[in-house]
Amino acid sequence: MKKLVAVILTLVLALSLVACAAPAAEEAPAVEEAPAEEAVVEEAPAEEAVKIGVILVHDENSGYDMAHIEGIEAAKAALGLTDDQVIYKYNVPEDEKCYDNAVDLVEQGCSLVISNSYGHQSFMLQAAMEYPEVKFISSTGDMAGMQNLDNYGNIFPYTFQSRYVSGIVAGMKLKELMDAGTVSDPYVGYVGAYPYAEVVSGYTGFFLGMKSIVPDVHMDVMYTNSWYDPTAEAEAANALIGRGCVIIGQHADSTGAPSAVQAQLDGGKVCYSVGYNIDMLSVAPTAALTSAQNNWGALYTPVIEKFLADGTIPVDYAAGAADGAVMISALGESCAAGTQEAVDAAWAGLKDGSVNVFDTANFTVGGEVVTSAFALDTDGDWVNDTAEAIVDGIFQESVHRSAPYFGLRIDGITELS
Amino acid sequence: MKVESKEPLFRISKRGAMARGKAWGIRLIAVALSLVVCAFIIFAIVKMNPLKVYGAMFEGAFSTSKRTWVTIRDTMMLLCIAVGLAPAFKMKFWNIGAEGQILMGGIAAAACMIYIGNKLPLVPMLLVMAICSLIAGGIWGLIPGLFKAKWNTNETLFTLMMNYIAIQITSFFVAKWENPFGSNTVGIINARNQAGWFPSLFGQAYALNVIIVMLLAVGMYLYLNYSKQGYEIAVVGESENTARYAAIDVKKVIVRTMGISGALCGIAGFIAVAGASHTISTSTAGGRGFTAIIVCWLAKFNSFVMVLIAALLVFFEKGAIEIASRYNLNDYVSNMITGIILFFILGSEFFINYKVKIRGSKEETK
Repeated sequence: MKKLVAVILTLVLALSLVACAAPAAEEAPAVEEAPAEEAVVEEAPAEEAVKIGVILVHDENSGYDMAHIEGIEAAKAALGLTDDQVIYKYNVPEDEKCYDNAVDLVEQGCSLVISNSYGHQSFMLQAAMEYPEVKFISSTGDMAGMQNLDNYGNIFPYTFQSRYVSGIVAGMKLKELMDAGTVSDPYVGYVGAYPYAEVVSGYTGFFLGMKSIVPDVHMDVMYTNSWYDPTAEAEAANALIGRGCVIIGQHADSTGAPSAVQAQLDGGKVCYSVGYNIDMLSVAPTAALTSAQNNWGALYTPVIEKFLADGTIPVDYAAGAADGAVMISALGESCAAGTQEAVDAAWAGLKDGSVNVFDTANFTVGGEVVTSAFALDTDGDWVNDTAEAIVDGIFQESVHRSAPYFGLRIDGITELS
Repeated sequence: MKVESKEPLFRISKRGAMARGKAWGIRLIAVALSLVVCAFIIFAIVKMNPLKVYGAMFEGAFSTSKRTWVTIRDTMMLLCIAVGLAPAFKMKFWNIGAEGQILMGGIAAAACMIYIGNKLPLVPMLLVMAICSLIAGGIWGLIPGLFKAKWNTNETLFTLMMNYIAIQITSFFVAKWENPFGSNTVGIINARNQAGWFPSLFGQAYALNVIIVMLLAVGMYLYLNYSKQGYEIAVVGESENTARYAAIDVKKVIVRTMGISGALCGIAGFIAVAGASHTISTSTAGGRGFTAIIVCWLAKFNSFVMVLIAALLVFFEKGAIEIASRYNLNDYVSNMITGIILFFILGSEFFINYKVKIRGSKEETK
């Protein structure tokens, strides 16, 4: 018995030694291994089917990631890609694991790697610099324009447009409540994640949508300092309702705010919710009016199609209503009469260009009409310093780069925290 | 009518010391059994040949040279923490604060990279970073050590709470060093000039990690087994009264050992930041401070056994991630599989320490 055990142990030891030694031996002559490896990757698409890697910050349980998964699946279906050609990596945090996963996808033969969260971008960039033959797309990122790399790109939908249309839904409700005498002050609250341009652009779009229906609307914004924190989002919603807000918009990824609004509505308060990413009717059946949504398929499909055709990716790619990249979820039962017509008119106007969300005629900053504003920040101080954004009286959002850069604080909106 | 004494179905009795070979045999059987149980679960979920799935696990850890090196890198990281924990646990000081000590070391290393990254040549830079991390981790270990020695506070709770403080401090610095603005992450530090990054040795980015950690592991083996201080640790761990009787200054040993333990975990933080991630976040330690406890205990504080166990755990982790990704399961399945394997390995310790007799079985004659 003892002997047998001894033999087994020796075998295991020997095996583990081999397992450790083998890679070392492989490694020894491979001092200039990196270029050799890239050469293999480069040839791969020609010989076998193209593989695409997708890095997701959460999994299908998160509305944000589900929207991305649906987008990739739509692109797959449209372009005739098989399941084996797309490799998903779920729950990849915004740290070095993103780099590890990106490299691992390349090693598995992917010639295009897509990540879906803002914080992934610097790790994707590191992988892109290391593997110049592989293309990397950091969705929602904003660094590609400054890198001068032909294998690293950013994409972003015109979310401000869907925010604007969801604002019209909120505005219709507000108007109905005021016409009925239920509400006298058109006071709206907004639960934001961080005070960044992406959020500012979004809430301003939402606000201008409401303002097109109710001209004297005013809004308070409260930040939670997290993209996903159900408790903090619920608390912020409750605080805003406590201050007298009757509509609660949000730019945060959980159902915390709509759930809180539904509870307050059930408790007799007059308040309604406009969500983001996913249909909120399941958690707020009578409080939810609609949610602003992105249709990632409308971005992934053309980008992947171009990649399959000529192997290139755009440095920046953005698309909006005209390409079906943005939408709002089904209207809730509490929406005011005539909302659908107003929504349809807004979409039509956005598509044909007769409606522009950031038309400088519709807002003021410090009481003045804005005539000049910059889009890009070149020196890293978080203040935009180049690229004139206002052309013909319209702030050109997501034109100089795909990620939003509208950072003006317009009159009528107050940031609380 | 026959009257039988009421014997329970199972009788458990403590074993004496078991031959090393036999003990390892039991552990191997446990691993094999855990794989069988996992096979059933895998089959139930994905309806695939479990052997193929295990093949995929192997590929997950070793199929490409890059993957092999990532496996080695993570093994070294786990080993480094286990080496750091070894003296504390040998002293029966339950240092579950490795997470915090790693983070403090990591913050110190990251701070050096951010503030003096361009001012020093690489070698002195790495030395400065290592010393700062060592001090930061050491302080984080010393605090609970001092409280234990002075006021006999409960070190388990104390070190655990220190983890939360370290996580908050890390969040603070992540917010302070955030880059790009809005990402709530520090991003890759010194991505352009790679200041303070471990250099490639022999063409391998992670070779230096292996060298440092193996040196520490051998050093710890010698320290625990062949030094006076190592002997003092063993005596304090076995019985404080005996230690006092032998005129060992128990308080001094506790404080000193915790300082060493924390400092080595701080070094692990330095390796994690400078040698692997090149960033800092609250997930820099990533639970490895707890996993390393398992490594440390299973190996009975023997550095060389720790290498094997750390490698085994990392292998299972990589393999589990690979099958989750390849068969479109999510992370929870890989966690489940890792959990089952760990459960069996830990459970096997029971059979090594205790004998189970079934009713009616022949009494063994000694």
